[in-house]
Amino acid sequence: MTRLALSLWLALAMLGPLAPFTATQALAVLPDEILADPALEARARELSRGLRCMVCRNESIDESNAELARDMRILVRERLTAGDSDQEVVEFIVDRYGEYALLKPTTGGANWLLWAAGPLMLLLGLGVGIGYLRTRQAAPELGAGSLSDEEKAKLSKILED
Amino acid sequence: MITELGHFALILAFLVACVQAVVPMIGAHKRWPGWMAMAEPAANAQFMLTAVSFGALTYAFVTSDFSVALVVQNSHSLKPMIYKISGVWGNHEGSMLLWVLILTLFGAMAAWFGGNLPPTLKARVLAVQSSVAVAFFAFIIFTSNPFLRMSVPPFDGQDLNPLLQDPGLAFHPPFLYLGYVGLSLTFSFAVAALIEGRVDAAWGRWVRPWTLLAWLNLTIGIGLGSWWAYYELGWGGFWFWDPVENASFMPWLLAAALLHSAIVVEKRESLKSWTILLAIMAFGFSLIGTFIVRSGVITSVHAFANDPERGVFILMILGFFMGGALTLFAARASAMEAKGVFSLVSRESALVMNNILLAVSCFVVFIGTIWPLIAEMLFDRKLSVGPPFFDMAFTPFMVVLGAILPIGAMMPWKRADMGRTFRPLIPAFILAVSIGLLAFAIQTGRSALGPVGMFLGSWLVFGAMVDIWSRTGRGAFAGRLSRMTRLPRADWGKTVAHSGLGVTMLGISGLLAWQQEDIRVVQFNEPFEVAGFTLTLTDVQRIEGPNFISTMGWVDLAREGQAIATLNPEKRFYPVAQMPTTEAAIDIGFWRDVYVVIGDPQANGGWAVRTYYKPLANWIWGGAILMALGGMLSISDRRFRVAAGAAKRTPVSGVPAE
Repeated sequence: MTRLALSLWLALAMLGPLAPFTATQALAVLPDEILADPALEARARELSRGLRCMVCRNESIDESNAELARDMRILVRERLTAGDSDQEVVEFIVDRYGEYALLKPTTGGANWLLWAAGPLMLLLGLGVGIGYLRTRQAAPELGAGSLSDEEKAKLSKILED
Repeated sequence: MITELGHFALILAFLVACVQAVVPMIGAHKRWPGWMAMAEPAANAQFMLTAVSFGALTYAFVTSDFSVALVVQNSHSLKPMIYKISGVWGNHEGSMLLWVLILTLFGAMAAWFGGNLPPTLKARVLAVQSSVAVAFFAFIIFTSNPFLRMSVPPFDGQDLNPLLQDPGLAFHPPFLYLGYVGLSLTFSFAVAALIEGRVDAAWGRWVRPWTLLAWLNLTIGIGLGSWWAYYELGWGGFWFWDPVENASFMPWLLAAALLHSAIVVEKRESLKSWTILLAIMAFGFSLIGTFIVRSGVITSVHAFANDPERGVFILMILGFFMGGALTLFAARASAMEAKGVFSLVSRESALVMNNILLAVSCFVVFIGTIWPLIAEMLFDRKLSVGPPFFDMAFTPFMVVLGAILPIGAMMPWKRADMGRTFRPLIPAFILAVSIGLLAFAIQTGRSALGPVGMFLGSWLVFGAMVDIWSRTGRGAFAGRLSRMTRLPRADWGKTVAHSGLGVTMLGISGLLAWQQEDIRVVQFNEPFEVAGFTLTLTDVQRIEGPNFISTMGWVDLAREGQAIATLNPEKRFYPVAQMPTTEAAIDIGFWRDVYVVIGDPQANGGWAVRTYYKPLANWIWGGAILMALGGMLSISDRRFRVAAGAAKRTPVSGVPAE
């Protein structure tokens, strides 16, 4: 888990298991991990941003200081050096650690609902919104007739700037 | 003794809340003035009793009373005083006490400033507010009592988590709670209006300052948390789409939608039922956030099963208030007929669009947050939804929002002409497009993020300027300038808040698009270059702090031979909590930050050092401050004070005619 998140969890007093965060604090990506080939290293960084550190709460292996995250980073670099494509590296990780390791969920199976939820809701919102606006366009202007005289006087007093 | 008094005051406050939830409600129904009038002193008493209780707990922390279990778990006699105090809310029980303190404070403020409300509405608002308080008092007293004593007090405490021992974080929860809990009052207003069966322009005006207050505190709270993460994190991330962050972001989005739709209620008597629904949902998302955070249900279903008592209790609170309010809404909403008539192109329509975008983006965040839970329960898939999803699914809504905002903000009510609205904005638009193109021309990569962000951000800022300028009417420059200083504060609030959003967008896109990172092993006195800066590590020393041991580096920062600063990145170790932290050293600048983190010593004698060049970093929080400032300006607008009955009418006599 990232430390902002950690702070918030703590700040909001969810004092859950702290074990994963008490691991020794080192830098996430260590100098000795970095590949000599800058292009390959850039791909490795990009890939590790999308992979979850399995023992952390909500942290990618790129950000995590955990030992396991380091192992996964090295694994990614090994696969890349061996000539795997990005796709093959991701498949390798998923085979080994499961779908849980992907920070960007796939679109397969029921997950299409997750990805389509926003656009569908927007269409629905626009539909309802435009429908509503049309009724407002047509509606006759109502006076303040539903209020008593006393209330009207009060209201206008309040609304007066 | 004082601890017991605090405990007793808490129980008394609970009892007062029970009475206040029932008596004024019946009074309002039966039109019994005495029963209704009971609400006001009860709200005051409730607040004061809770304040006594909170004060007692604070006293226990300040004096390091280690016979109180909570103090033992979260404090230490060596800790600096400020963190002894912030330790009060740096834990579950204490933070819940802060939560109810703020809840009762809002109840009391509604009593203080609600002089102009119709008596029945006021009684009902206070009764509903109190019923929320009843639920949370019960939650504290029955599941999370902060006043429990130890049978055998230890000699010293276990210390507050070192990550919480930081000024940014010490004050982050109170602001966040002022926001979360502030939305309870708009909820109470909404439910009271539903019971009352009437929503009118005056209601819109009463509810708006409270929404603004909640929203601006949420803005400050989220901003502080994000700023803290930036400098404390060790690599300068500022937002992670973690469930807890989302829990605070969802109410923020809905509160932003609510304060805009309440304008339509106030000015045009339309969108009433939608506004009521938003007020209910905004508080609902605050409760959902509390549930997510306290139950641990999103982290793992098993964590929830291990300690279900608190989670189930909050779920019951959530179910009761949301179920009740939404049922009431279903029964009564049809009675709220709209009055205003307007065309498809108008300020009203623009605000409807604003509401659709904010509400749908909130929904996207919500779905993404709970999807791992849904997938596990319904489809038996254990998966993650992380930043890449939110970046892709959420950002487009903000882009569209930013693109249409300056136009919508300048549209006249009722009926607008797109061409006529856009014409004064043409210079701002051209300027913003040029800035976007300039960014595209000078950047090295092909990424669209930077240029698009620069365009949107400057479009918002320049658009807001054109907007306020256009409010000064026609005529000579000097005349318009002097008129500008006399514009209502609400106009200024709008301009400042909208530019704040623009500044934040500039900061986020600039930082994400153009930051540079450098990780290397550094030897003493061997300079290295990052983004045109020269850095030299000159020394590393062990230093003892009050309750920690620090490994501190000395890094000289220079540019083109000119020394700029000496930076002291630290690694700290807190022996009591057995926990290390990273303290980055940042050279803060208007255009960029240079951010240095020190790592472990290497076998060959050097030190691992990470350096970042972070362009426009401070604009992110600068924008948040502007947004909050805009909210404050709006609240201080005269007409709210008049509406709230807090200000005397300006005397008519003796004022010369203009």
